[in-house]
Amino acid sequence: MITRRRLLEGASAGAALAGFGGLARSPRAYAGELDLPAALPSGLRGEAALEALPGKKPLIKMSYRPPNYETPIEYFRDPITPNDAFFVRYHLSDIPDATDKAIDPTSWKVVVGGDGANREVALTLDDLKALPAAEVVAVNQCSGNRRGLFQPHVPGVEWGYGAMGCARWKGARLKDVLDKAGVKKEAIEIVLNGADGPPVDKTPDFIKSIPVWKAMEDTTLIAYEMNGAPLPHLNGAPARIIVPGWTGTYWMKHIISIKAVTRPEASFWMNPAYRIPVGKFPVVARFITQETAANTPITEMVVNSLITSHADGASVKAGSLTVGGIAWDGGYGIRGVEVSTDGGKSWRAATLGQDLGRFAFRPFSAGVPASSGKLTVMARATNNIGQTQTAELIANPAGYHHNVMHSVTLTVG
Amino acid sequence: MRIVTALTAALVSSLVALPSRADEKPVELKKAPGVEKVEGNCAACHSLDYIKMNSPFMSAATWDAEVTKMIKAFGAPISDADAAAIKDYLKANYGG
Repeated sequence: MITRRRLLEGASAGAALAGFGGLARSPRAYAGELDLPAALPSGLRGEAALEALPGKKPLIKMSYRPPNYETPIEYFRDPITPNDAFFVRYHLSDIPDATDKAIDPTSWKVVVGGDGANREVALTLDDLKALPAAEVVAVNQCSGNRRGLFQPHVPGVEWGYGAMGCARWKGARLKDVLDKAGVKKEAIEIVLNGADGPPVDKTPDFIKSIPVWKAMEDTTLIAYEMNGAPLPHLNGAPARIIVPGWTGTYWMKHIISIKAVTRPEASFWMNPAYRIPVGKFPVVARFITQETAANTPITEMVVNSLITSHADGASVKAGSLTVGGIAWDGGYGIRGVEVSTDGGKSWRAATLGQDLGRFAFRPFSAGVPASSGKLTVMARATNNIGQTQTAELIANPAGYHHNVMHSVTLTVG
Repeated sequence: MRIVTALTAALVSSLVALPSRADEKPVELKKAPGVEKVEGNCAACHSLDYIKMNSPFMSAATWDAEVTKMIKAFGAPISDADAAAIKDYLKANYGG
């Protein structure tokens, strides 16, 4: 149970915020910011806490084991999320220690093969680094980010806004690694497995696949660096798969096995898990070998945005107010962001900030007039293929793809 | 690390006593009939904050389905009697 006292005693809580865009905050102010959205389940609100995993700043703990910790919104004021504030998400609780030989950088290897490959090869970290290096700035967002905001609620990890982050990833191209094994024409999917697994052997291991066409894109990587540093242990050290534009479920951490296969992967985590109903979302990137009449694997992220300059409920001075945040999508790039202060009746264009590439968070800011009273500011992003955010939740059983327009209500004094 | 032997109920109970992660703090569930079955079975694979996080909105049918999923899809070695007690506890204490 989280208490104000425990938060105040967490000496690192204040330090975590000291670097935020010059907005120094006391631990007390930070504690106040863990006033999580009222729309989250009350059970989660009572249990969530700011807690630091090894090597991490205090993040918002959803569950201890497996560890699921989300990033506080304040960190998204910068389009690059720091490694030590990057969210942590595991399905299964048997996570190798950093010194385990399966993931120790000096002993780690990834085996590449499968019935859709000409041969089986094993690559060490040095082998991987000997391949041409590629970099991409890309958002890694959990499929279920904002699940906790679904009304009615659906079971699962009840994430708020922070099951996402954006980093500069560096590694080898997956296609260069696959070329070492030689992918046959008959191969349809690339199957990914990591060194982490279930605590009991009857629980399905977390195994995912992606279509061969996605695996062969220039931007799909096996990354060994994140923001210029080795991957943090709990973000997939020493190497993980980067699938820009697609939700985090495919970004296999601690990658140790890559297989080209000629039949659709049938793991629990491909079906029934991570499915969206057919026809409900505007999906361009299809995963045809996994589709059924009723549902399809979740693939690319839906266009979305988040106001980060002000916390919901914050107080501001009357006059001219600048609000800002970030926007992102499944890799088409952000065409524009608009803000509204009248509940969506009228909109004004925001100014877009630094462009770190079509897979990255795109900052935005807009000036809005603020006179005394309550002011609700809403943001809406549109991408380069004309997709925009929804005003009303698109219900689906697993609570994926929440891109309802975000708003904050400020007290202007 | 992975437990590759077939799990017995006794082994599951011994697992609960093991320190899980250094950063894991105890999660207090409501003291009510059946709580020891929940702690003894569910905590073998996941921390108990999963239960509180998913409350109080879960209906009786949803809690039933969740426990069944843990057994059928995730292979949790839970006896029929314990499963019934766990369902009753969750519905009575963390249901909507």
